[in-house]
Amino acid sequence: MMNGLREQGGGANIETRETRRVEAMLEVSNLVRRFGAFTAVDGISFMVGRGEVLGFLGPNGAGKSTTMKMITGFLGATEGEIKVGGVDAIANPLAAKRLIGYLPEGAPAYPDMTPAGYLNFIAQIRGVHGAERKRRIEEMVERIELQRVLHQPIETLSKGFKRRVGLAQALLHDPEILILDEPTDGLDPNQKHQVRNLIAELAPEKAIIISTHILEEVSAVCSRAMIIARGKVVADGTPDELMARSRFHNAVVVQLRGESIPAFDTIREDVARVPGVERVETEGDGRILVFPEPGMAVADQVAQLARARGWEVAGFHVDQGRLDEVFRSITIGEGEAA
Amino acid sequence: MNALTIFRRELGGYFATPVAYVFIVIFLLTTAAFTFYLGNFFERGQADLKSFFTYLPWLYLFLIPAIGMRLWSEERKTGTLELLLTLPVSVPAAVIGKFLAAWAFTGIALALTFPLWITVNFLGEPDNGVILAGYVGSLLMAGGYLAIASCLSATTQNQVIAFVVGTVVCFAFTVSGAPLVLEFFSAWAPDAVLNQIAGFSFLTHFQSIVEGVIDVRDLVYFASLIAVWLFANVIIIEQKKQAG
Repeated sequence: MMNGLREQGGGANIETRETRRVEAMLEVSNLVRRFGAFTAVDGISFMVGRGEVLGFLGPNGAGKSTTMKMITGFLGATEGEIKVGGVDAIANPLAAKRLIGYLPEGAPAYPDMTPAGYLNFIAQIRGVHGAERKRRIEEMVERIELQRVLHQPIETLSKGFKRRVGLAQALLHDPEILILDEPTDGLDPNQKHQVRNLIAELAPEKAIIISTHILEEVSAVCSRAMIIARGKVVADGTPDELMARSRFHNAVVVQLRGESIPAFDTIREDVARVPGVERVETEGDGRILVFPEPGMAVADQVAQLARARGWEVAGFHVDQGRLDEVFRSITIGEGEAA
Repeated sequence: MNALTIFRRELGGYFATPVAYVFIVIFLLTTAAFTFYLGNFFERGQADLKSFFTYLPWLYLFLIPAIGMRLWSEERKTGTLELLLTLPVSVPAAVIGKFLAAWAFTGIALALTFPLWITVNFLGEPDNGVILAGYVGSLLMAGGYLAIASCLSATTQNQVIAFVVGTVVCFAFTVSGAPLVLEFFSAWAPDAVLNQIAGFSFLTHFQSIVEGVIDVRDLVYFASLIAVWLFANVIIIEQKKQAG
């Protein structure tokens, strides 16, 4: 009986948890920033909820960093509202800053300090005291693997270590909201992988914004991506949704082997006869791209055809879409339109 | 509280780099040179530190802007300003913390001139009250120069500009009480104006303190001068946030 009630209650709880999940930790509306006559950020609005990792994508100078600088309170906003964990960040900047961990672009740190001294300073400023401070710093040092350089001046560290010191700084007070401007810039592939794992580990508890130039990073760590160009949001969706905008989305890619390749014209005619195929393209090295009509799946038919014709197939896959192509078409298109 | 944290970091920062040691060595060497050679310390046959305190303002004119020039322009240049201003620190707390650290540093350098004090006490029987007043006046003057230099360093990320402009402004505040300037005005300006101009001078207030008379008005002068320049410092940093 009690169990039954519990279960009902549990069901209701799941619902509230769901609504809490989408409840905004960070809310930006109509944010505008002008530098003289130049409008760097032109009416950006978005929300980030707990558990979300939002990726800012965009060409250089698109307004990604400026937006981050306004959220973190380094730059004033010309217009618009910023709410951080329910706090009005413009009216009450100090309260908002306490909730945010921020890695600025280029990971600046005091060059004459050692990571140990630097993290201690940050902890003091962040109001992390006593045993808690020691525990947090030790945890960060271990998690971000700074042990080896803990007592070397930051100016003597490699770019990768400097970036990691910056990350440790941002995470030290276990903030609700993390804003990381190019967190993997300058890291080698192993370190990139490490930082991505770290972000993924933190993600369920926090609201995270990262900016990046690396498109694969978006699919790897972001639950949502926003493409920003000329100070405006030009696309906003999950990485899959963005990739679905690609003309390569759902295209069937067939890689044929070496000498067995018949004349491309023949292949093209054959494939074009498959129902649901809109267009066929061939690339060098015996690669065939089959674009289906919208909403059609043609992989099976193409596979059957290949078998029937006796093509030697070296590779066969359905393309998810290419983010770089989406990125280029969206940002360049915007540029020309403006 | 946060001002104190910044104060400690900054003061530690001086001694983590050669800046502190170079400054202190040069400061001690030049004060000694001025006191003993230009100030005719021995020839005067007086058991006091007048020859030291006479030249100190001119030495400070160059050395203090050299300390102050880096306060904000370096943070701007290395990008740590973005870090500092996105930590939960108010701008006034940051300005005061950095200023006090630089001031404490100049105080340490000043205190290291104690061999001069030992020397006069060894050679004669000076009025140590007057000497103490001289040190207090010197510290206040250093604070005034520093507040000016700190404020001006917030306007630029170029330390050379910060230094040159800082020195020029400090110079203006120093010489406004010098006979050279006052005589120029005394030919035609009424006494009231003359007093005003002299009243702005570091030298006028400094000298009256060095004489051994610590007047409340002199203290108020230095305190308000420091307060005004630091206030301007805060405004400039806030303003740059809005303007970029």
